[in-house]
Amino acid sequence: MISGTFLPRMHRMAVSNQHIRGIATEGDRAMAIRMTAVLAASCLFLAGLPAWAAGKPTDPQIAHIAYTAGEIDIEAAKQAIRKAKDKDVKAFAEDMLRDHEAVNKQALALVKKLKVKPEDNATSKALAKAAKAERARLAGLKGAAFDKAYIANEVAYHKQVNGALKDVLIPSASNAELKSLLETGLKIFQGHEEHAEHVQAELK
Amino acid sequence: MSRPNSNRTNVASPRWVLPLAVAFALGTASIPARAETITVTIENLVFSPTDIEARVGDTVLWVNEDILAHTATAKGDWDVMIQPKKSASLVLKKAGRFDYFCRFHPNMKGHITVSP
Repeated sequence: MISGTFLPRMHRMAVSNQHIRGIATEGDRAMAIRMTAVLAASCLFLAGLPAWAAGKPTDPQIAHIAYTAGEIDIEAAKQAIRKAKDKDVKAFAEDMLRDHEAVNKQALALVKKLKVKPEDNATSKALAKAAKAERARLAGLKGAAFDKAYIANEVAYHKQVNGALKDVLIPSASNAELKSLLETGLKIFQGHEEHAEHVQAELK
Repeated sequence: MSRPNSNRTNVASPRWVLPLAVAFALGTASIPARAETITVTIENLVFSPTDIEARVGDTVLWVNEDILAHTATAKGDWDVMIQPKKSASLVLKKAGRFDYFCRFHPNMKGHITVSP
């Protein structure tokens, strides 16, 4: 999962390395920037534990992250329903819209019942920001190029979210009902990941 | 059955053979009425029981307890849509072993062995 707190720390590391070595050369500086960029990118795409190493997310944060992750895929699906050319890609997007809406509806009912107020946090913000950028990128594509990019992103996105659910969110959840909902969610999204991979394989 | 044999039967048929044959055919036709319905429950993305045995003519009834739509799909054979909190059924018409899955969540798998 994306780390809001981890990214600045890494950036500081790259900067302080330059200080230790005194005046950095252009090459050093370029290397440091490149490394920071690579690290930031891998944080964005790896469902890494370091994000929460300092402290695990609370239930209100977990609820917010899970809901946000669902909303993101709903938005992506709406865009794909409008733009997709391939009928299987369009059908997949419709399946995503239906399933994620159903899961999020259940999640809302649960947090209401548990009287948990979802709490915005760095991970939710980073997820939303990355998704906005991805939507903008996809908006610039058409036809088969759009279909391919949308499905590729769905595969990657479900992998990322499933990794985070499995490694961070489920183990961190303290309420049993929330944990159980997340576990069912993981099964559903693993199904989506496999489904997306099938659609992707058929596209080629 | 060999051809000369059946020819001989036809030639030698007394008048009561036809009604008897009809009665026999009706008897055979009444077998589906005794066919069973096998229920498979879907809960939290699991077909349960996962493995079932049935006979041609039996019905499989899938009861979907989930909030999501599922399918029971055997590629090239059948594709049954099961809406959330609803059920759907299929009459088994062909013998064989069928591996089926949900098209929306391909990690959901089930098997039906259908004997003739």
